[in-house]
Amino acid sequence: MDFWIKYKVCFAIFARYCKQYNLEMETIDQIRADFPALQRKVYGKQLIYFDNAATSQKPLSVLTMQEMMSGEVNANIHRAVHKLSAEATDFYEKGREAVRSFINAPSRENIIFTSGATASLNLVASSFVYKHLGKGDKVLISEAEHHSNIVSWQLACERVGASLAALPVDDRGEISLDKLEQMLNKNVKIVAITHISNVLGVINPIKEVVTIAHAKGIPVVVDGAQGVVHCAVDVQDLDCDCYAFSGHKIYAPTGTGILYGKKNFLEDLPPYMGGGDMVDTVTFEKTTYAELPLKFEAGTPNFAAAACYAPALEYAAQLRLNTEVQENERKQVAYLKRELDMIDGVRIYGMPEDLNKKIPLFSITVEGVHPTDLAQLLDTMGIAVRSGLMCAEPLIRKYSDNGMLRASLAPYNTMEEAEKFITGVKKGISILK
Amino acid sequence: MEEQDKSPEEVGNEIVEEFSIFEEWLDKYEYLIELGKSLPVIDEKDKVDNNLISGCQSRVWLSCDCHDGRLYFKADSDAIITKGIISLLIRVYNGQTPEAILHSDLSFIDKIGLKDNLSPTRANGLVSMIKQIKIYAVACEVKEQKNNG
Repeated sequence: MDFWIKYKVCFAIFARYCKQYNLEMETIDQIRADFPALQRKVYGKQLIYFDNAATSQKPLSVLTMQEMMSGEVNANIHRAVHKLSAEATDFYEKGREAVRSFINAPSRENIIFTSGATASLNLVASSFVYKHLGKGDKVLISEAEHHSNIVSWQLACERVGASLAALPVDDRGEISLDKLEQMLNKNVKIVAITHISNVLGVINPIKEVVTIAHAKGIPVVVDGAQGVVHCAVDVQDLDCDCYAFSGHKIYAPTGTGILYGKKNFLEDLPPYMGGGDMVDTVTFEKTTYAELPLKFEAGTPNFAAAACYAPALEYAAQLRLNTEVQENERKQVAYLKRELDMIDGVRIYGMPEDLNKKIPLFSITVEGVHPTDLAQLLDTMGIAVRSGLMCAEPLIRKYSDNGMLRASLAPYNTMEEAEKFITGVKKGISILK
Repeated sequence: MEEQDKSPEEVGNEIVEEFSIFEEWLDKYEYLIELGKSLPVIDEKDKVDNNLISGCQSRVWLSCDCHDGRLYFKADSDAIITKGIISLLIRVYNGQTPEAILHSDLSFIDKIGLKDNLSPTRANGLVSMIKQIKIYAVACEVKEQKNNG
């Protein structure tokens, strides 16, 4: 009798485990079915797409919207009185509303459409530096910035005789707020810092950075290209002056970007580009500019893609509410850290003590193995990863001459894929060493 | 150093035949890696910036000797697959005359699928390597003409 009770209990636990496991598999499988790219095979192998920090794959709802915008609703926006133009404008503005709501911005005036995070950062850098920086002034960035948040400021600084200062990151990939406080001297006129580095995958304490900088009257621009994908961003809570990100990393089409800015901050900046739609009245002597946000949207914008923010961010928001997806992500972080740590010669860059600060993005080097070689072999196994300097040369060079290999996961990636990645890395190393 | 009696195209065809044995991409790469490992290494003193080829994701050094109207190459890279690719090029071009190099048909690279399979940065690297080899060939030709003249 005893035996039977034990058997039944064991069976019940096993069944529950199976159900949970299946449920998880089912959820992720359903998500995967929405992404045509994930159905692909490469070199006869099922594609494992681990280059999500570079760009995300697009769900069907976004692809459908894109097709509709380029097809039946195609007309230039904000201009003509005809029906098609009105419809296109409406979809464009719905895209803006979707972004506003996603990052909890106060109004549509705070949301500027650009072509990507790079364009957003160049816009701020160029307009701000030109107006507010002079000889000897500094822009404080961090050591872990993407080139778009380095070179944009460098170019602008060179024009006025200002220069960059870089806040260091420690061996865990974290910044020190004490160091930040020290470095914020009277020459620093603006802080431009990443929410999450595309190499380290560590969440920076942006809210604290903003509090410290604001206490000294210094505005803060955040590069949120990775941050907006992995954190629930509330720009009013963060209190940053600007938050820049790309749409294509969060399911929207390529060629889409956002610059969020506080109203006062944006109103104070001179326009970045001149052209149609950004003006109030134009004469050869003097032009007055349109109100926000159009002041910064010269020319015909990529309205077809911008309209896709609505389905893209709706998709992202749903994934965020999905507890199984969230749980899966935490499991993948723990699993990849554990497994990569166990491989001889592998070093992970950006490993905070608190794993909750780490997104599923792992940049590694392997002793005696060129990262490009390993990436090439993984490619033949159907596993897409990034290798090289990852547009963050100053940071990468600090640790490695040959660059790094990066695996970056998205909610549609499964544990099974993570396991195959680890097997692939081990196999690749054994071939190369 | 031996003069090459086969044309670059003939050597290229041999390579295509060797690669045709492997069906899996990973196996082709493993073979390429083996070739890379057996590449005669360039002298450390020749690993200078002058011999560095730009346009590759990894660093590649290529040096060249020109004797009796023939070219002889040595190369190295910090990435082993790249080394494998250079070893193929060297096998095709070593001991050839400048004229044979300048007029060579490199379709073997397409035939073994290397060009498609390599990332654009890498493919550019390949293009840069071939370009550098041809520059060496022109220099060798000029040197020969001077010697003869």
